[in-house]
Amino acid sequence: MSGEDFVPLSLTPLLIGTFAAIACALPGNFLVLRKQALIGDAISHVVLPGIVVAFILTGTISTWPMMLGAAGAAIVSVVMIEAIRRLGQIEPGAAMGVVFTTMFAGGVLLLEQTDTSSVHLDVEHALYGNLESLIWLDAVGWSSLLDLTALAGLPPELPRIALTLVGVILFIWVFWRPLKISTFDEGFAQTIGIRTGALGMALVIVAAISAVASFDAVGSIIVIAMFICPPAAARMMTNGLEAQIAWSVVFAGASAVSGYVLAGYGPLWLGAADAVSAAGMIATMSGLILAIAALWGPYRTRTGAPQEA
Amino acid sequence: MFWEALTLQLGYNATLVAIGATLLGVSAGVTGTFLFLRKRALVSDAISHATLPGVCLAFMMLVFLGGDGRNLIGLLAGSAISAWIGLLCMNWLTRRTRLAEDAAIGAVLSVFFGFGIVLLTVIQTMGVGRQAGLEGFLLGSTAGMLWADALIIAIGGAATLLMVMIIRRPMTIVAFDADYAAAQGLPVHRIDLAMMGLVMAVTVVGLKIVGLILIVALLIIPAVTARFWTERSDRVVMLAGLAGGLAGYLGAALSAVTPNLPTGPIIVLVSFGFFALSLLFAPGRGVLAAVLQHLKFQRRVHIRQGLLALAQGQKIYEPLTLRLLARAGLARADGVATEAGKALAAKALRDEKRWEVIRADQAHEATAALYDGLRDIETVLTRDQIAEIDRRIGGPQEVPA
Repeated sequence: MSGEDFVPLSLTPLLIGTFAAIACALPGNFLVLRKQALIGDAISHVVLPGIVVAFILTGTISTWPMMLGAAGAAIVSVVMIEAIRRLGQIEPGAAMGVVFTTMFAGGVLLLEQTDTSSVHLDVEHALYGNLESLIWLDAVGWSSLLDLTALAGLPPELPRIALTLVGVILFIWVFWRPLKISTFDEGFAQTIGIRTGALGMALVIVAAISAVASFDAVGSIIVIAMFICPPAAARMMTNGLEAQIAWSVVFAGASAVSGYVLAGYGPLWLGAADAVSAAGMIATMSGLILAIAALWGPYRTRTGAPQEA
Repeated sequence: MFWEALTLQLGYNATLVAIGATLLGVSAGVTGTFLFLRKRALVSDAISHATLPGVCLAFMMLVFLGGDGRNLIGLLAGSAISAWIGLLCMNWLTRRTRLAEDAAIGAVLSVFFGFGIVLLTVIQTMGVGRQAGLEGFLLGSTAGMLWADALIIAIGGAATLLMVMIIRRPMTIVAFDADYAAAQGLPVHRIDLAMMGLVMAVTVVGLKIVGLILIVALLIIPAVTARFWTERSDRVVMLAGLAGGLAGYLGAALSAVTPNLPTGPIIVLVSFGFFALSLLFAPGRGVLAAVLQHLKFQRRVHIRQGLLALAQGQKIYEPLTLRLLARAGLARADGVATEAGKALAAKALRDEKRWEVIRADQAHEATAALYDGLRDIETVLTRDQIAEIDRRIGGPQEVPA
């Protein structure tokens, strides 16, 4: 495919998809190891009421209020989960289930009650995202990458998700040692003076930020899938955390690129006329990668567990 | 208007929806309880999301075979098959690989749902307007509910309830102590699968009314609600059924009388209302009960410490202690003990001395472990034992004025 087609139509969605996938997969590594993998699931459900409330308050679909609303809803849900878990002595899974389903139901109800006919805001949009529509109309070819006026027309999602990715990388890089130690041995981390509670909270907040930023661009399906599938697949490949993170980045990027390409061009190869959902396809590809890793990965079983025939 | 909805006088569709929602609420509440007690509540999330590709594939098959693709039984069968496959994948990931259950749940949930969305977009390109019925499976749609739909829900719900009644004992044992169940020779793995199968059945039945995202709420919330009220598993099951059924009934009635109030979300919110009430006001495990318990404990500690201070002739500075003593008639407002107060104070001091003897005596080790500074000594020792200790302490001494 030539640069004239590729750069305006496919380059930006590809980059956004890849950045979002990696931004979610990085904190996902720690969440999977800490058995908090479903936080991504919970967050992606609760952002809906946040976005709807932000829309009701401001009356417009603009990015910053929505992201603030989503982040606010994520924080409210984390607080509610903790409160229910402590006050009611309910196991965390059930507390999470109570909170995110209720908030999601509240979001759907608010959405139905408000007049959103004039704007593009619906549940399906929140689920699938609109990766395909994030095109760069000002570009004419590869040369546009050096053209400042064309660069100004980039979809705003791209710098935002790139910034988020940089933030996530910085967080993990700065807190690498405490994160690693407290993930594997919380008691030891406490004895050497790491504030594990605050660190765990910070990790959840970073995850929420990357979820909200990615959610804005690519929908909640990718968010949940990328929090879990690439790190889980990477876990089957190695026993070292550094290597696991490297693998997960590779897997996340591979799912994003292959999913986008398959969704955009796969149906054409099969003779169909229209593309299918890129978000769904990316999630499917990450699942395929996980399945392959789970079947043949070198470290797929628990250490010491008997190999069942 | 609301009363008419509650008494099913608001027309045919509203009545069908109310009955269907009530039955669904009961069976979801009952089934979800076992999942909750097994501490696997979020498995229902994976199961419900895994229904989507099956619904889409079934729709495509039905259209391919020449139908209009909206045959509810066909769609539900498809959803059941794909949910079962998702369940097996999740089980396999948890048992045969190093992944923990939460990662397996999340993986199955997101991948199956993502694949379902791919299929949905394929269906959208197959023919315009044809997929209209499928979007309803995401969030539920009750507007066009037919008699046949209600019948399917009723039969499915009843069958699930019957199955739960039959295998409730093994499921309870496995939920409470899987190792004990295995030692008893119960096939734990198969009972778990049966439990998940029942959850899957409820999910499939509920797709039409509340949709696949919110059915999770009906499985989890009633069980958690019921757990506040009792410590017995059979009662939790019944209360969860009751809470689920009531939520379904009230939710359906509310959505019938209010415009733009979709049934699924309102049922979930009513259910959460019950949960919030239970969290706050349930006896024993509720927040209010815990606060009262704490106040009672605080009061006992203050009175005890106040009595000891009186017995030793020390001045009491803590205003709460003074107030409590005065209210109980043990001391005057200025902190001087009344006659009753003097008697109780002497007894408190003597009890403290008795405890001291017991705690110093190896022979009373088990009793000494019960010492918490509040327990009446008469509740742990016989009169003879107390008399024996008193002989060691000596006679009563005068309370200083």
